[in-house]
Amino acid sequence: MDAYKYIGQPVVKVDGKEKVSGAALFTDDLEFGPDLLYAEVVEGPHAHAMINSINISDALKVPEVLAVVTGKDFPYNFGLYMNDRYIFAQDRVRFFGEQIAAVIARTPQAAIKGAQLVKVNYTPLPKVLSPLDAIKEDAEILHPDLKNYVHVPWFFPKADTNIAHHRKIRKGEVDKGFEEADYILEDTYEVPRYSHCAIEYHAAVAKYDHSGRLTVWASSQSPNTQRNLFAKALAPLGIRHNDIRVIAPHVGGGFGSKAGVTMEIMAAAIAIKVQGHPVKMIWNREREFYNTYQRLGVVAKLKIGVKKNGTITALKHDLYWDAGAYVEYAANVVNAVGLSAIGPYNIKNVSIDSYCIYTNLPPGGPYRGFGYSEFLFGLESHMSRIAKHLGIDDVEIRRKNMIREGDLTAYGAHMNPNGLLEAIDKVAKEIQWNTKIKSTDPDLAIGKGFALFWKAPAMPPNASSSCFLKFNEDASINLLVSGMDIGQGFLTVMAQIAAEVLSVPTSKIRTENPDTDRNPYEWQTVASHVTWSCGNAVKNAAIDARDQIFSLVARSKFLPVESLYLEDEKVKCRTQPTFELALKDFIINGIQMNDGTYRGGPVIGRGIFMPEFSSTNADPETSQGGHPNVHYTVGAAAVTLEIDKQTGKMKVLKVVEAIDVGKAINPDLVKGQIIGGLLQGISTVLYEEMKFDHRGKMLNPNFTDYKIPTALDIPEEIVPIIIEVPQPDGPFGARGMGEHPMIPVAPMIANAIDDALDIRIKSMPITAEKLCLEILKSNK
Amino acid sequence: MKKISFLLNGESRAIYVAANETLLEVLRDRMGTKSPKCGCDSGDCGACTVMLNNKTVRSCLVFAIETDGQEIITLEGISKNGLSPLQKMFLERNVFQCGYCAPGMILSATELINNNPHPTLHEIKEAIAGNLCRCTGYTPVVEAILEITKQEV
Repeated sequence: MDAYKYIGQPVVKVDGKEKVSGAALFTDDLEFGPDLLYAEVVEGPHAHAMINSINISDALKVPEVLAVVTGKDFPYNFGLYMNDRYIFAQDRVRFFGEQIAAVIARTPQAAIKGAQLVKVNYTPLPKVLSPLDAIKEDAEILHPDLKNYVHVPWFFPKADTNIAHHRKIRKGEVDKGFEEADYILEDTYEVPRYSHCAIEYHAAVAKYDHSGRLTVWASSQSPNTQRNLFAKALAPLGIRHNDIRVIAPHVGGGFGSKAGVTMEIMAAAIAIKVQGHPVKMIWNREREFYNTYQRLGVVAKLKIGVKKNGTITALKHDLYWDAGAYVEYAANVVNAVGLSAIGPYNIKNVSIDSYCIYTNLPPGGPYRGFGYSEFLFGLESHMSRIAKHLGIDDVEIRRKNMIREGDLTAYGAHMNPNGLLEAIDKVAKEIQWNTKIKSTDPDLAIGKGFALFWKAPAMPPNASSSCFLKFNEDASINLLVSGMDIGQGFLTVMAQIAAEVLSVPTSKIRTENPDTDRNPYEWQTVASHVTWSCGNAVKNAAIDARDQIFSLVARSKFLPVESLYLEDEKVKCRTQPTFELALKDFIINGIQMNDGTYRGGPVIGRGIFMPEFSSTNADPETSQGGHPNVHYTVGAAAVTLEIDKQTGKMKVLKVVEAIDVGKAINPDLVKGQIIGGLLQGISTVLYEEMKFDHRGKMLNPNFTDYKIPTALDIPEEIVPIIIEVPQPDGPFGARGMGEHPMIPVAPMIANAIDDALDIRIKSMPITAEKLCLEILKSNK
Repeated sequence: MKKISFLLNGESRAIYVAANETLLEVLRDRMGTKSPKCGCDSGDCGACTVMLNNKTVRSCLVFAIETDGQEIITLEGISKNGLSPLQKMFLERNVFQCGYCAPGMILSATELINNNPHPTLHEIKEAIAGNLCRCTGYTPVVEAILEITKQEV
């Protein structure tokens, strides 16, 4: 077994005390003094309309209003992967509630009053509220300029249509594969939009001081990416990267909503118009729903062919994504799913078409799972339906077709080492898959459902991480990284990695959320990749520091470098057991020689990581040839579900989930992700539902009408299972797992319903009401 | 504006408030007490939970003017003499993730334990059912409260 002291231990979170004591400060908790200004946005009341004119004169007359800014002030587009967004609407609005202007005032009340007095004249345009409508021949085109938008090279927009990107996979001979099949199942699955529902609102405060320095405090998963996009968008105003400083305090939940750039760029931009004043922009719960990213909706047409023995011969998956009004981030969700929509299976003949479609609904974007929850709903429902039709066990058909190390993915790369089989076996055993449970109450039906899952980080091939590690006099450490602790425990895990290499306890390692001026670069805290990517950077920095320590001790104590090792904050020597030198005795001030001179100086480690094997170069017609995904994290899950046949109400009696995390650097935190992610997944199936009216206006943007679970809704029993098949290029073998817990939940529950009642639900959510109506229809 | 005074975390404070100022606004913006958070401003989420005369309230639903002469405790007040056994249990078990709901959640759990030192599982769930958390899935919170209330038998 491994002889690790800090890796694999349930170390107490480095920010735990701040959080249980009330000391933790979030963006809106920071004080900015009596000169703080407040901004309120003016929102468009149309899903699609031309803006004819904006009259700000009445707003400017409101006492304490200092300025009103509109799209004319910032005629710049921006975006993470495609520049299709604007800081404020330009000539038209494309979703209900889109920002048109902002009023800046001394008090929030004055700003709100001013915003109410901004008069906008519109000409409504035909609106497109569903992806299938948006791809009809005569559909209204939302982005006539699509062909001119700058985008990453792996996107393929279709000019003069609403298709912003089309990811296409062709592998093997799909027609032949279907000809070889004994049974083909073809059906359509629908997954609607969802909201992240972080409890903390988006918040940003920006100050453009009289020296030309722009500082932004933001609740963010992506401080460096925000700085980069602010700098690029605001470059025409003479702002450069080193003029901008993004400071990221604690984040009250992200789940993808605070990745990339959304409302923060408004704060950054408007601050330039009120130079010298800090200006705060904070969302409210309503805007959290309709003007941040939403999870994309999808209509997925799936066709799978199998032999009688259950072997899959071909898969065709066509996914039509409701990506919303702007897709600068969402198009990469579509891309990621396009690459991975075969699921964790070894399939020779594959055809995938994943379409990113503009609609007049709020912008889609990253949400925990990044599209995988959505396509797995159909895929894993399909697998159970096929098993049922063939009379093969649900678990068996998955074992038979599952992807193994070395098998080819849909885009032709080799699958990484993984513990999928172990996950399947352990979950099946724990849920007692072969034992049927029957309730003694005739009104209750009990079913079991199984699902597999996989997910790869979706990121540019050159997404990188870095770390500075500096010692203090007492051999305590400041670890500077720019990943964000959004609750998942990132900072604790980074401290554990440095602790392991340097033998310094985590209690002596201080690592905090970043400031782009002080901390080195990190792409973003998304994609379940920071433990792996930034973990490698931290490990490299710790090794760099250790090398410096050994080199210094070797040359000043005349010991061979290779004989030195670290233990309990001391340098020790294998060949001279009596030798030991405490780090605190030389780590800053060096080692004194016999002649009174010193050797050494402050030890500062530096580490970087970039996955240099990753590439998006591939044939756009087939996606064959590149290596777009660094690796997949896989797992299995199962549920025992109780259904009240009179009401449709469901209760999760037991849920089991196994994830191959490579190495659980902190098993407490891994289990925390599994338990929390499962409930978030359950919530998307049983409770949450966004309602839009015919105007494209969201009708339930609040927690009274958009339900997320409370403590009374938790499963009766949850069994998290950690599988550890090391990731060869992961720090101590670790790979990411933050998003994964929620992604198998929807099909797992749909499969359990079918097991209990012989009713197949093909659209989400599966609320009690929907199930009850289905039960009535089926007369069961 | 009316002058009111109250005991906040054991300290006497006095302030002029407008009739429409909520307790949450006054605590956060004018008293410097930042642990109560705003998560919905309509009483749904419980992030703004504070104790008013030893009973939990949603401070976004209480007008500050109503609290004249009363006693208010926020998480700062609980923490000022060192972490309570409940807080220590939450800390050691790595219960919270983002921690935004923690101040409200801890006050609701503290109220429960004050009134009912040995609650049942259902009583624990009910006591924190008004505090929404999107990270933890609640189970770790519930288990920690169960553990501490068992210990004190």
